[in-house]
Amino acid sequence: MARSTYTLTIPSSTRFLEDARQFVETHAQEAEFADTAVEQFKIAVDEACTNIIEHAYKGNEDHHIDITIIIDTDRFTVRIRDEGESFDPTSYKEPNLMELAKKRRAGGFGVHIMRRLMDRVEYRTRGNVNEVRLTKFRNAEHRRNGDQA
Amino acid sequence: MSNFSVGFRSSNSIKVLDLQGELDAHTASELEAAIQKCQDEQHYHIIVNGRNLQYISSAGLGVFMAYIEEVREQGGDIKIAALQPKVFNVFDLLGFPMLFDIVETEEEALSKFHDAHEEG
Repeated sequence: MARSTYTLTIPSSTRFLEDARQFVETHAQEAEFADTAVEQFKIAVDEACTNIIEHAYKGNEDHHIDITIIIDTDRFTVRIRDEGESFDPTSYKEPNLMELAKKRRAGGFGVHIMRRLMDRVEYRTRGNVNEVRLTKFRNAEHRRNGDQA
Repeated sequence: MSNFSVGFRSSNSIKVLDLQGELDAHTASELEAAIQKCQDEQHYHIIVNGRNLQYISSAGLGVFMAYIEEVREQGGDIKIAALQPKVFNVFDLLGFPMLFDIVETEEEALSKFHDAHEEG
């Protein structure tokens, strides 16, 4: 099967998260992923876009987010690009649920969710463009960068 | 146009919030307003019925996180009932069953509140 790609650009506003989810749902279903995996793609893309809107663009709705789906024989990748402030994944600390509840804090779960749901989550920045790639393999042997039991 | 809504019901002194649609960073403020309304009216026994909740992201989960301690400090609780499996999976992914009382039916949540009341 040849590689297929599909692109959607949304404004940097939470109003369009639903469009991003529908976009990935449509193509993950077409690529014949199971319902559970389709749901996982929707959540991961939502979390990635939410983080871009809130952190990279700091709530400014005048920017845009480019979402590209790349379907290969062995994998389904969603590439999400922005031109906001870049995210340093090495600075990320896993949230502690009990501590957050005590502090009445609501956030910090997005990266954790993406990593749990996808086989690969990769960040890179080139020039002023940030990119996160969310990948799921069709074959379970490739999962979690090959480090699963 | 939001595809999320919160309905309010009362069962004696317990407030039941019926969630419908998709709860994400855009619609989370509506749930926040609903729980805040319960607090403003001094209702601290809250059941969230998720039977018609189709989707939740971490922004939605964050609303529960932001309110649970305060509600419990007032002697109440937020019990979460009737979640669809795909929605429960997201709660479970973040370890929410450790912190929240998540039950299968609204009746179970109601009876837990009643039992706690009788014991108290």
